[in-house]
Amino acid sequence: MSDAAPILDLEDVRYSWPGRGTFGLYVPRFSLKAGETVLLLGESGSGKSTLLSLICGTIIAQSGSVSVAGKNIANLSAGQRDRFRAEQIGLIFQQFNLLPYASVEDNILLPLQFAPRRRARIVSPRDEAMRLCHDLGLPEDVMKTWAGTLSVGQQQRVAAARALIGAPPLIIADEPTSALDAATQTAFLDVLFSQSRSTGTTLLMVSHDARLGAQFDRVLHMSEITSNEVEPA
Amino acid sequence: MILRLALGSLWARILTVAMTVLAIALSVALFLGVEKVRTGAKASFADTISGTDLIVGARSGSVQLLLYSVFRIGNATNNLTWESYQDIAARPEVDWIVPISLGDSHRQFRVMGTSTAFFDRYKYRSGQSLAVRDGEIMADLFDAVIGADVAATLRYRTDDPIVVSHGLASFTHHDDQPFRVSGILEKTGTPVDRTVIVSLEAIEAIHVDWQSGARIQGQSTPADTVRQMDLQPQAVTAALVGVKSRLQVFGLQRSINEYSQEPLLAILPGVALQELWQIVGVAEIALMGVSGMVVVTALIGMMATIFSSLNERRREMAIFRAMGARPRIILGMLVLEAAVMAAIGGLLGLVLLYAGLFMAQPIVDRAFGLWLPVEAPTLREMWVIMGVVVAGVIVSLVPALRAYRMSLADGMMVKI
Repeated sequence: MSDAAPILDLEDVRYSWPGRGTFGLYVPRFSLKAGETVLLLGESGSGKSTLLSLICGTIIAQSGSVSVAGKNIANLSAGQRDRFRAEQIGLIFQQFNLLPYASVEDNILLPLQFAPRRRARIVSPRDEAMRLCHDLGLPEDVMKTWAGTLSVGQQQRVAAARALIGAPPLIIADEPTSALDAATQTAFLDVLFSQSRSTGTTLLMVSHDARLGAQFDRVLHMSEITSNEVEPA
Repeated sequence: MILRLALGSLWARILTVAMTVLAIALSVALFLGVEKVRTGAKASFADTISGTDLIVGARSGSVQLLLYSVFRIGNATNNLTWESYQDIAARPEVDWIVPISLGDSHRQFRVMGTSTAFFDRYKYRSGQSLAVRDGEIMADLFDAVIGADVAATLRYRTDDPIVVSHGLASFTHHDDQPFRVSGILEKTGTPVDRTVIVSLEAIEAIHVDWQSGARIQGQSTPADTVRQMDLQPQAVTAALVGVKSRLQVFGLQRSINEYSQEPLLAILPGVALQELWQIVGVAEIALMGVSGMVVVTALIGMMATIFSSLNERRREMAIFRAMGARPRIILGMLVLEAAVMAAIGGLLGLVLLYAGLFMAQPIVDRAFGLWLPVEAPTLREMWVIMGVVVAGVIVSLVPALRAYRMSLADGMMVKI
């Protein structure tokens, strides 16, 4: 597996938020191999959110390159980046993942609207969504219920189904378990792992909780991949 | 599915959305209602007199002649001599002629002397005839038929006595010759409602003991003596004329206007009504302007609600962005939302209008004599609703562009 091409590759990436000159992020090198599961540890304020925004292409590094699936996203137009994100990356947030007024089904199928290739991988999106719900241990009748009526734990599992549908090569989870209690945490991670392993998906999880580390291939700390010395670009 | 989600988002905020839609609906209903009243008033106005081909009077302006002969506003500068009247009546083109004699009043209402043919010949609202609600058309010399407003304002019933005053707003009364209310007319929405109608001879009769606008001192002829007298008038104020064939109207009009014995004026009531409406019509523009402003206000209200919803929806927009939606889609969804609200508001406004029209029609007709026809929505009304939707879309671009910029800046990370 060490020979596999990196699914994610950051090189010499510098970013500072416009108008906030003091704080900047410098990542000399950060690379994920296809199929890897990585836990990235870091306290709040360590630049995790900035790093994820860079990877997802909602912000662009001032210098250096961010490559996802071998493609430097800086070379894409804003619209292409949005489409590329939809195709390549499944996202799970800490909380408030779902559109509360939409059905679970619509929530799960939402990314396929913007990712025709992910959509093309599936014969029947509804059946696939149902299968994922089943595998993630959600009740059978969950598909038609309003997402807003579900418990937080169930909502996170729906979010996982949404990230997994159409098998994107990279799944990024930003503290997906922090809103869950310990028991649900473990259950959630178990299904997330088994699902992403079965499709060979790379999983990058960001958390401040080092105890989760045992199940991952690699555990990194933010301080290991970033450098504080922000040189003038 | 995006459409479904956009509608779902609207549904989730149903209370504020409903209020916004209601505001738009009310404004649209008001606007279209004003439009209806406007066209209704215009039609009612144009229908004040129909079936009459020419109105003849002493030479003055056409609007003036129309005003005093039909609307009982203002005064005649001169009269039409009985000889000229007879001359016109004898012309071969003339089918019928009805004399009108004005100049006296009862309280605030004008008294009109005419022949009984007036009740057959005067038509309004596309050929509708006057109808007697109570009593009968005058049979005796001292009988009077009063309009619906006269009866309502002065609480008159049939057989009540009334005294006619000499001139308008006058203190000299023809109290030596009281009249009897013989009949009360149905409400018409025309100036007839505010008129006391007596016979042409009666006008002569009450002036028997009068000379140069003042009563001859000490002279009082008993009613029965008056009845015996020759009450042929010397002059009338105006005459309504009907011709045998419509084609002869213009020829007759020209020859009356060129009548050599006396300066006369013949007008086509329809044309004169239109001229008059052009004067009155300034008010309709003001009315439309005001109701248009109400629609604009409602749309700005919608813009405000969309604006205020943006903050609580940042998360929703971030989810869309994270799933790969371009900021353009966020913009599109907000514009779509506005279009849906404006369209529902517009259609609901139309429903409200028809519901209101349906309920108000008989009341308005009875109270104001204004006939508001309930008809299928006109193309013009559809254009108004289309216009509201388009205006809603344009107005919503302001908050939508803000959302566009916000979602560009926020990306998928919302820090709230």
